[in-house]
Amino acid sequence: MKFAQLAGTRLFYGFLLVTGLGWIWLSAAPQNSTTNGKIPAPQSGFLAPDFNLKTLDGQNVRLSDFRGKVVLVNIWASWCTPCRAEMPAIERVYQNYREQGLIVLAVDSTVQDTVSNVKAFVDENELSFPILLDEGGLVTRLYRVQSLPNSFFIGADGVVREVVIGGPMAEALVSSRVEKLLQEIQR
Amino acid sequence: MMPILQIGPIVFPLSPMSLILSFWLGLLLTEKYAIQRGISENKMNKLIFTGIIAGLIASRVGYVLQFPHAFIQAPLSLFSPNPGLFDSFSALAAAVLGMLAYGQRARLSFWTTLDTLTPLLALLAVGLAVAHIASGEAFGSETRVPWAIELWGAKRHPAQFYELIVATLIVLLLGSKVKSEAMPGILFLNFVALTSSARLFLEAFRGDSSLIFGNLRSAQVVAWIVLATSLFSMEQIHKTEKEKESRNG
Repeated sequence: MKFAQLAGTRLFYGFLLVTGLGWIWLSAAPQNSTTNGKIPAPQSGFLAPDFNLKTLDGQNVRLSDFRGKVVLVNIWASWCTPCRAEMPAIERVYQNYREQGLIVLAVDSTVQDTVSNVKAFVDENELSFPILLDEGGLVTRLYRVQSLPNSFFIGADGVVREVVIGGPMAEALVSSRVEKLLQEIQR
Repeated sequence: MMPILQIGPIVFPLSPMSLILSFWLGLLLTEKYAIQRGISENKMNKLIFTGIIAGLIASRVGYVLQFPHAFIQAPLSLFSPNPGLFDSFSALAAAVLGMLAYGQRARLSFWTTLDTLTPLLALLAVGLAVAHIASGEAFGSETRVPWAIELWGAKRHPAQFYELIVATLIVLLLGSKVKSEAMPGILFLNFVALTSSARLFLEAFRGDSSLIFGNLRSAQVVAWIVLATSLFSMEQIHKTEKEKESRNG
Protein backbone atom coordinates (compact mmCIF):
# COMPACT_ATOMS: atom_id res chain seq x y z
CA MET A 1 0.00 0.00 0.00
CA LYS A 2 2.77 2.37 1.06
CA PHE A 3 4.76 1.48 -2.07
CA ALA A 4 1.72 2.23 -4.25
CA GLN A 5 1.23 5.55 -2.48
CA LEU A 6 4.87 6.51 -3.00
CA ALA A 7 4.75 5.49 -6.67
CA GLY A 8 1.54 7.51 -7.13
CA THR A 9 3.14 10.62 -5.60
CA ARG A 10 6.22 10.25 -7.79
CA LEU A 11 4.02 9.86 -10.86
CA PHE A 12 2.09 13.01 -9.94
CA TYR A 13 5.30 15.02 -9.36
CA GLY A 14 6.67 13.80 -12.69
CA PHE A 15 3.44 14.71 -14.46
CA LEU A 16 3.52 18.19 -12.86
CA LEU A 17 7.09 18.84 -13.97
CA VAL A 18 6.55 17.58 -17.53
CA THR A 19 3.35 19.68 -17.80
CA GLY A 20 5.34 22.66 -16.48
CA LEU A 21 7.95 22.23 -19.20
CA GLY A 22 5.20 21.96 -21.82
CA TRP A 23 3.59 25.14 -20.49
CA ILE A 24 6.90 27.04 -20.66
CA TRP A 25 7.23 25.96 -24.28
CA LEU A 26 3.58 26.74 -25.14
CA SER A 27 3.57 30.14 -23.45
CA ALA A 28 6.89 31.31 -24.88
CA ALA A 29 6.48 34.99 -25.68
CA PRO A 30 5.47 35.47 -29.30
CA GLN A 31 7.31 38.17 -31.25
CA ASN A 32 6.33 41.67 -30.04
CA SER A 33 4.10 40.31 -27.24
CA THR A 34 5.96 42.29 -24.61
CA THR A 35 5.85 46.09 -24.69
CA ASN A 36 9.26 46.46 -26.37
CA GLY A 37 8.96 50.11 -25.42
CA LYS A 38 6.60 50.85 -28.32
CA ILE A 39 3.47 51.95 -26.47
CA PRO A 40 3.65 55.38 -24.82
CA ALA A 41 2.83 55.22 -21.11
CA PRO A 42 4.34 56.73 -17.94
CA GLN A 43 5.55 53.36 -16.70
CA SER A 44 8.85 51.55 -16.63
CA GLY A 45 9.37 49.60 -19.88
CA PHE A 46 7.15 51.86 -22.00
CA LEU A 47 7.96 54.67 -24.41
CA ALA A 48 7.94 57.99 -22.55
CA PRO A 49 4.87 59.95 -23.74
CA ASP A 50 6.01 62.82 -25.91
CA PHE A 51 5.22 66.46 -25.12
CA ASN A 52 6.05 69.90 -26.37
CA LEU A 53 6.14 72.73 -23.81
CA LYS A 54 7.41 76.28 -23.52
CA THR A 55 10.29 77.05 -21.17
CA LEU A 56 10.49 80.00 -18.79
CA ASP A 57 12.46 81.80 -21.53
CA GLY A 58 9.66 81.20 -24.05
CA GLN A 59 11.47 78.51 -26.09
CA ASN A 60 9.73 75.33 -27.25
CA VAL A 61 11.11 72.03 -25.98
CA ARG A 62 9.99 68.63 -27.29
CA LEU A 63 10.93 65.50 -25.35
CA SER A 64 11.44 63.33 -28.46
CA ASP A 65 14.14 65.77 -29.71
CA PHE A 66 16.41 64.34 -27.02
CA ARG A 67 16.32 60.74 -28.31
CA GLY A 68 19.83 59.32 -27.99
CA LYS A 69 20.41 61.08 -24.67
CA VAL A 70 19.61 60.19 -21.07
CA VAL A 71 16.70 62.33 -19.88
CA LEU A 72 15.37 63.01 -16.40
CA VAL A 73 11.85 64.42 -16.48
CA ASN A 74 11.02 65.86 -13.08
CA ILE A 75 7.45 67.07 -12.56
CA TRP A 76 7.24 69.58 -9.73
CA ALA A 77 5.69 72.75 -8.35
CA SER A 78 7.25 75.65 -6.46
CA TRP A 79 4.94 75.23 -3.43
CA CYS A 80 5.78 71.50 -3.03
CA THR A 81 8.27 71.04 -0.16
CA PRO A 82 9.91 67.75 -1.30
CA CYS A 83 10.20 69.20 -4.86
CA ARG A 84 12.06 72.22 -3.49
CA ALA A 85 14.26 69.98 -1.34
CA GLU A 86 15.44 67.77 -4.21
CA MET A 87 16.08 70.48 -6.82
CA PRO A 88 19.58 71.45 -5.57
CA ALA A 89 20.62 67.76 -5.73
CA ILE A 90 19.25 67.47 -9.29
CA GLU A 91 21.17 70.64 -10.23
CA ARG A 92 24.43 69.19 -8.86
CA VAL A 93 23.93 65.91 -10.75
CA TYR A 94 23.12 67.88 -13.90
CA GLN A 95 26.35 69.87 -13.54
CA ASN A 96 28.32 66.65 -13.06
CA TYR A 97 26.87 64.73 -16.01
CA ARG A 98 25.65 67.30 -18.58
CA GLU A 99 28.90 66.95 -20.57
CA GLN A 100 28.25 63.21 -20.87
CA GLY A 101 24.79 63.78 -22.34
CA LEU A 102 22.39 64.14 -19.43
CA ILE A 103 19.30 66.24 -20.10
CA VAL A 104 17.10 67.40 -17.21
CA LEU A 105 13.62 68.67 -18.04
CA ALA A 106 11.96 70.14 -14.96
CA VAL A 107 8.28 70.34 -15.84
CA ASP A 108 6.51 72.76 -13.54
CA SER A 109 2.89 71.78 -13.05
CA THR A 110 1.93 75.39 -13.76
CA VAL A 111 -1.73 74.41 -13.82
CA GLN A 112 -1.40 74.37 -10.01
CA ASP A 113 1.40 76.97 -9.65
CA THR A 114 2.26 80.55 -10.64
CA VAL A 115 4.99 81.59 -13.07
CA SER A 116 6.23 84.34 -10.71
CA ASN A 117 6.79 81.81 -7.90
CA VAL A 118 8.55 79.46 -10.31
CA LYS A 119 10.87 82.25 -11.50
CA ALA A 120 11.68 83.27 -7.93
CA PHE A 121 12.53 79.68 -6.96
CA VAL A 122 14.68 79.10 -10.07
CA ASP A 123 16.63 82.33 -9.48
CA GLU A 124 17.08 81.60 -5.79
CA ASN A 125 18.52 78.11 -6.50
CA GLU A 126 20.36 79.11 -9.71
CA LEU A 127 18.89 76.19 -11.65
CA SER A 128 20.58 75.88 -15.04
CA PHE A 129 18.46 73.19 -16.71
CA PRO A 130 15.34 74.04 -18.74
CA ILE A 131 12.20 74.74 -16.69
CA LEU A 132 9.13 73.79 -18.71
CA LEU A 133 5.72 75.27 -17.98
CA ASP A 134 2.80 72.87 -18.07
CA GLU A 135 0.17 75.60 -18.13
CA GLY A 136 -2.66 73.49 -19.50
CA GLY A 137 -1.85 70.50 -17.27
CA LEU A 138 -1.30 68.27 -20.34
CA VAL A 139 1.91 66.63 -19.08
CA THR A 140 0.54 66.37 -15.54
CA ARG A 141 -2.37 64.34 -16.97
CA LEU A 142 -0.31 62.47 -19.59
CA TYR A 143 2.11 61.28 -16.92
CA ARG A 144 -0.77 60.49 -14.51
CA VAL A 145 0.69 62.66 -11.78
CA GLN A 146 -1.29 62.26 -8.56
CA SER A 147 1.26 63.69 -6.16
CA LEU A 148 4.40 65.80 -6.51
CA PRO A 149 7.23 65.37 -7.28
CA ASN A 150 7.30 62.62 -9.92
CA SER A 151 10.57 61.72 -11.66
CA PHE A 152 10.97 59.70 -14.84
CA PHE A 153 14.40 58.36 -15.81
CA ILE A 154 14.39 57.86 -19.58
CA GLY A 155 17.02 55.90 -21.52
CA ALA A 156 18.62 56.93 -24.80
CA ASP A 157 16.01 54.82 -26.65
CA GLY A 158 13.20 56.98 -25.22
CA VAL A 159 11.96 54.19 -22.94
CA VAL A 160 11.09 54.95 -19.30
CA ARG A 161 13.52 52.96 -17.12
CA GLU A 162 12.31 54.03 -13.72
CA VAL A 163 9.56 56.06 -12.13
CA VAL A 164 10.14 57.65 -8.71
CA ILE A 165 6.92 58.81 -7.10
CA GLY A 166 7.41 61.30 -4.30
CA GLY A 167 10.58 62.77 -2.88
CA PRO A 168 12.94 64.24 -2.05
CA MET A 169 15.31 61.99 -3.99
CA ALA A 170 18.79 61.69 -2.49
CA GLU A 171 21.61 62.97 -4.68
CA ALA A 172 23.17 59.49 -4.84
CA LEU A 173 19.87 58.06 -6.10
CA VAL A 174 19.74 60.53 -8.99
CA SER A 175 23.43 60.18 -9.89
CA SER A 176 23.46 56.36 -9.66
CA ARG A 177 20.44 56.06 -11.95
CA VAL A 178 21.94 58.54 -14.40
CA GLU A 179 25.34 56.79 -14.28
CA LYS A 180 23.68 53.45 -15.10
CA LEU A 181 21.81 54.89 -18.08
CA LEU A 182 24.89 56.72 -19.37
CA GLN A 183 26.89 53.47 -19.18
CA GLU A 184 24.30 51.88 -21.49
CA ILE A 185 25.03 54.51 -24.17
CA GLN A 186 28.78 54.04 -23.84
CA ARG A 187 28.51 50.27 -24.31
CA MET B 1 -4.11 51.57 -10.62
CA MET B 2 -3.65 53.86 -7.64
CA PRO B 3 -0.08 54.43 -6.44
CA ILE B 4 -1.14 56.85 -3.69
CA LEU B 5 -4.08 57.48 -1.43
CA GLN B 6 -4.61 61.12 -0.52
CA ILE B 7 -6.61 61.91 2.58
CA GLY B 8 -6.64 65.69 3.00
CA PRO B 9 -3.05 66.92 2.92
CA ILE B 10 -1.60 63.50 3.78
CA VAL B 11 -0.39 61.23 0.99
CA PHE B 12 -0.09 57.50 1.58
CA PRO B 13 2.01 55.47 -0.91
CA LEU B 14 -0.16 52.35 -1.28
CA SER B 15 2.48 49.88 -2.55
CA PRO B 16 4.82 50.05 0.48
CA MET B 17 1.81 50.34 2.80
CA SER B 18 0.33 47.06 1.57
CA LEU B 19 3.70 45.34 2.05
CA ILE B 20 4.09 46.71 5.58
CA LEU B 21 0.52 45.74 6.49
CA SER B 22 0.91 42.19 5.15
CA PHE B 23 4.24 41.88 6.97
CA TRP B 24 2.64 42.95 10.24
CA LEU B 25 -0.30 40.54 9.83
CA GLY B 26 2.11 37.76 8.83
CA LEU B 27 4.23 38.45 11.89
CA LEU B 28 1.20 38.13 14.18
CA LEU B 29 0.26 34.79 12.60
CA THR B 30 3.83 33.54 12.69
CA GLU B 31 4.16 34.35 16.41
CA LYS B 32 0.97 32.40 17.10
CA TYR B 33 2.06 29.47 14.95
CA ALA B 34 5.59 29.43 16.46
CA ILE B 35 4.17 28.68 19.91
CA GLN B 36 2.12 25.77 18.46
CA ARG B 37 5.31 24.36 16.92
CA GLY B 38 7.31 24.67 20.12
CA ILE B 39 9.38 27.75 19.24
CA SER B 40 9.17 30.62 21.72
CA GLU B 41 7.71 33.92 20.54
CA ASN B 42 10.86 35.67 21.73
CA LYS B 43 13.16 33.46 19.63
CA MET B 44 10.96 33.90 16.57
CA ASN B 45 10.95 37.70 16.94
CA LYS B 46 14.72 37.75 17.38
CA LEU B 47 15.13 35.58 14.27
CA ILE B 48 13.00 37.93 12.16
CA PHE B 49 14.64 41.05 13.64
CA THR B 50 18.09 39.62 12.81
CA GLY B 51 16.96 39.03 9.23
CA ILE B 52 15.59 42.57 8.89
CA ILE B 53 18.68 44.28 10.34
CA ALA B 54 21.12 42.14 8.32
CA GLY B 55 19.03 42.71 5.18
CA LEU B 56 18.80 46.48 5.65
CA ILE B 57 22.51 46.98 6.28
CA ALA B 58 23.61 44.67 3.47
CA SER B 59 21.19 46.17 0.97
CA ARG B 60 22.60 49.67 1.52
CA VAL B 61 26.21 48.41 1.51
CA GLY B 62 25.48 46.37 -1.63
CA TYR B 63 24.13 49.45 -3.37
CA VAL B 64 27.08 51.63 -2.29
CA LEU B 65 29.51 49.03 -3.66
CA GLN B 66 27.73 49.12 -7.01
CA PHE B 67 27.82 52.92 -7.27
CA PRO B 68 30.68 54.14 -5.03
CA HIS B 69 31.17 57.26 -7.13
CA ALA B 70 27.62 58.47 -6.42
CA PHE B 71 28.20 58.22 -2.66
CA ILE B 72 31.65 59.83 -2.78
CA GLN B 73 29.97 62.85 -4.38
CA ALA B 74 27.14 62.85 -1.81
CA PRO B 75 28.21 60.97 1.36
CA LEU B 76 25.09 61.99 3.29
CA SER B 77 23.04 59.87 0.87
CA LEU B 78 24.40 56.87 2.80
CA PHE B 79 21.75 57.60 5.43
CA SER B 80 18.94 58.46 3.02
CA PRO B 81 15.67 56.58 3.57
CA ASN B 82 15.06 56.46 -0.23
CA PRO B 83 14.01 52.85 -0.99
CA GLY B 84 15.69 53.19 -4.39
CA LEU B 85 19.09 53.17 -2.67
CA PHE B 86 18.72 49.58 -1.48
CA ASP B 87 19.92 46.50 -3.36
CA SER B 88 17.34 43.72 -3.10
CA PHE B 89 19.70 40.81 -3.91
CA SER B 90 22.16 41.82 -1.16
CA ALA B 91 19.22 42.29 1.22
CA LEU B 92 17.86 38.81 0.57
CA ALA B 93 21.25 37.09 0.78
CA ALA B 94 22.18 38.85 4.04
CA ALA B 95 18.75 38.27 5.60
CA VAL B 96 18.95 34.53 4.86
CA LEU B 97 22.54 34.28 6.16
CA GLY B 98 21.72 36.32 9.28
CA MET B 99 18.69 34.16 10.05
CA LEU B 100 20.68 30.97 9.46
CA ALA B 101 23.39 32.18 11.86
CA TYR B 102 20.88 33.12 14.55
CA GLY B 103 18.93 29.89 14.01
CA GLN B 104 22.07 27.85 14.59
CA ARG B 105 23.04 29.83 17.68
CA ALA B 106 19.56 29.49 19.16
CA ARG B 107 19.43 25.79 18.15
CA LEU B 108 16.27 26.19 16.09
CA SER B 109 15.24 23.22 13.96
CA PHE B 110 15.73 24.15 10.29
CA TRP B 111 12.51 22.74 8.82
CA THR B 112 10.29 23.64 11.79
CA THR B 113 11.54 27.24 11.63
CA LEU B 114 10.79 27.42 7.91
CA ASP B 115 7.29 26.03 8.58
CA THR B 116 6.79 28.70 11.22
CA LEU B 117 7.82 31.44 8.79
CA THR B 118 5.40 30.17 6.12
CA PRO B 119 2.35 32.25 7.21
CA LEU B 120 4.52 35.37 7.03
CA LEU B 121 5.81 34.50 3.54
CA ALA B 122 2.33 33.58 2.27
CA LEU B 123 0.83 36.86 3.49
CA LEU B 124 3.74 38.81 2.03
CA ALA B 125 2.88 37.27 -1.35
CA VAL B 126 -0.67 38.64 -0.97
CA GLY B 127 0.75 42.06 0.01
CA LEU B 128 3.03 42.00 -3.03
CA ALA B 129 0.05 41.34 -5.33
CA VAL B 130 -1.82 44.31 -3.79
CA ALA B 131 1.32 46.45 -4.23
CA HIS B 132 1.39 45.46 -7.91
CA ILE B 133 -2.27 46.44 -8.29
CA ALA B 134 -1.53 49.82 -6.70
CA SER B 135 1.56 50.60 -8.75
CA GLY B 136 0.51 49.05 -12.06
CA GLU B 137 3.70 46.99 -12.17
CA ALA B 138 3.70 43.30 -13.15
CA PHE B 139 1.08 44.15 -15.78
CA GLY B 140 -0.57 41.69 -18.14
CA SER B 141 -0.09 41.10 -21.84
CA GLU B 142 -2.51 42.50 -24.42
CA THR B 143 -5.66 40.45 -24.88
CA ARG B 144 -9.25 40.47 -26.11
CA VAL B 145 -10.76 38.42 -23.26
CA PRO B 146 -14.01 39.96 -21.89
CA TRP B 147 -12.44 40.56 -18.46
CA ALA B 148 -9.48 42.52 -19.89
CA ILE B 149 -8.64 45.82 -18.20
CA GLU B 150 -7.50 49.06 -19.82
CA LEU B 151 -3.98 49.68 -18.60
CA TRP B 152 -0.90 51.44 -19.99
CA GLY B 153 -2.50 52.18 -23.33
CA ALA B 154 -3.97 48.75 -24.12
CA LYS B 155 -6.56 46.14 -23.09
CA ARG B 156 -4.59 43.73 -20.93
CA HIS B 157 -4.92 40.58 -18.85
CA PRO B 158 -5.56 41.70 -15.24
CA ALA B 159 -2.35 39.86 -14.29
CA GLN B 160 -2.06 41.60 -10.90
CA PHE B 161 -5.57 40.43 -9.97
CA TYR B 162 -4.77 36.85 -11.07
CA GLU B 163 -1.73 37.10 -8.77
CA LEU B 164 -3.87 38.34 -5.88
CA ILE B 165 -6.51 35.61 -6.33
CA VAL B 166 -3.93 32.81 -6.48
CA ALA B 167 -1.91 34.19 -3.52
CA THR B 168 -5.12 34.39 -1.44
CA LEU B 169 -6.07 30.82 -2.42
CA ILE B 170 -2.61 29.63 -1.36
CA VAL B 171 -3.05 31.33 2.05
CA LEU B 172 -6.45 29.66 2.50
CA LEU B 173 -5.14 26.25 1.39
CA LEU B 174 -2.14 26.43 3.72
CA GLY B 175 -4.37 27.74 6.51
CA SER B 176 -6.37 24.51 6.31
CA LYS B 177 -3.14 22.46 6.50
CA VAL B 178 -1.48 24.33 9.37
CA LYS B 179 -2.96 22.16 12.12
CA SER B 180 -2.93 18.82 10.30
CA GLU B 181 0.61 18.92 8.86
CA ALA B 182 2.88 17.31 11.41
CA MET B 183 5.92 16.43 9.29
CA PRO B 184 8.54 19.22 9.63
CA GLY B 185 9.23 21.10 6.40
CA ILE B 186 6.17 19.96 4.48
CA LEU B 187 4.12 23.11 5.12
CA PHE B 188 6.97 25.35 3.88
CA LEU B 189 7.70 23.13 0.88
CA ASN B 190 3.98 23.07 0.00
CA PHE B 191 4.05 26.87 0.02
CA VAL B 192 7.14 26.94 -2.22
CA ALA B 193 5.67 24.35 -4.62
CA LEU B 194 2.30 26.13 -4.85
CA THR B 195 3.84 29.58 -5.27
CA SER B 196 6.30 28.46 -7.94
CA SER B 197 3.53 26.55 -9.78
CA ALA B 198 1.41 29.70 -9.70
CA ARG B 199 4.26 31.80 -11.09
CA LEU B 200 4.97 29.18 -13.74
CA PHE B 201 1.35 29.32 -14.87
CA LEU B 202 0.58 33.04 -14.46
CA GLU B 203 3.79 34.37 -15.99
CA ALA B 204 2.30 33.37 -19.36
CA PHE B 205 -0.20 36.23 -19.01
CA ARG B 206 2.36 38.90 -18.14
CA GLY B 207 3.32 41.68 -20.53
CA ASP B 208 6.63 42.54 -18.87
CA SER B 209 8.43 39.18 -18.90
CA SER B 210 12.16 39.22 -19.42
CA LEU B 211 13.14 36.63 -22.00
CA ILE B 212 15.97 34.12 -22.30
CA PHE B 213 17.00 31.68 -25.07
CA GLY B 214 15.09 33.70 -27.65
CA ASN B 215 11.55 33.84 -26.38
CA LEU B 216 11.31 31.76 -23.19
CA ARG B 217 10.16 33.67 -20.10
CA SER B 218 13.01 33.59 -17.57
CA ALA B 219 10.67 33.72 -14.53
CA GLN B 220 8.99 30.50 -15.73
CA VAL B 221 12.33 28.71 -16.05
CA VAL B 222 13.36 29.80 -12.53
CA ALA B 223 9.90 28.84 -11.17
CA TRP B 224 10.20 25.37 -12.75
CA ILE B 225 13.60 24.80 -11.13
CA VAL B 226 12.24 25.94 -7.72
CA LEU B 227 9.20 23.69 -8.17
CA ALA B 228 11.37 20.67 -9.02
CA THR B 229 13.60 21.35 -5.99
CA SER B 230 10.64 21.65 -3.62
CA LEU B 231 9.03 18.43 -4.93
CA PHE B 232 12.33 16.59 -4.62
CA SER B 233 12.78 17.85 -1.04
CA MET B 234 9.23 16.80 -0.10
CA GLU B 235 9.91 13.38 -1.56
CA GLN B 236 13.12 13.10 0.51
CA ILE B 237 11.32 14.10 3.74
CA HIS B 238 8.53 11.55 3.13
CA LYS B 239 11.11 8.86 2.32
CA THR B 240 13.12 9.57 5.48
CA GLU B 241 9.95 9.53 7.56
CA LYS B 242 8.87 6.17 6.09
CA GLU B 243 12.30 4.66 6.75
CA LYS B 244 12.07 5.84 10.36
CA GLU B 245 8.59 4.29 10.68
CA SER B 246 9.71 0.94 9.28
CA ARG B 247 12.79 0.89 11.56
CA ASN B 248 10.53 1.50 14.54
CA GLY B 249 8.41 -1.41 13.40
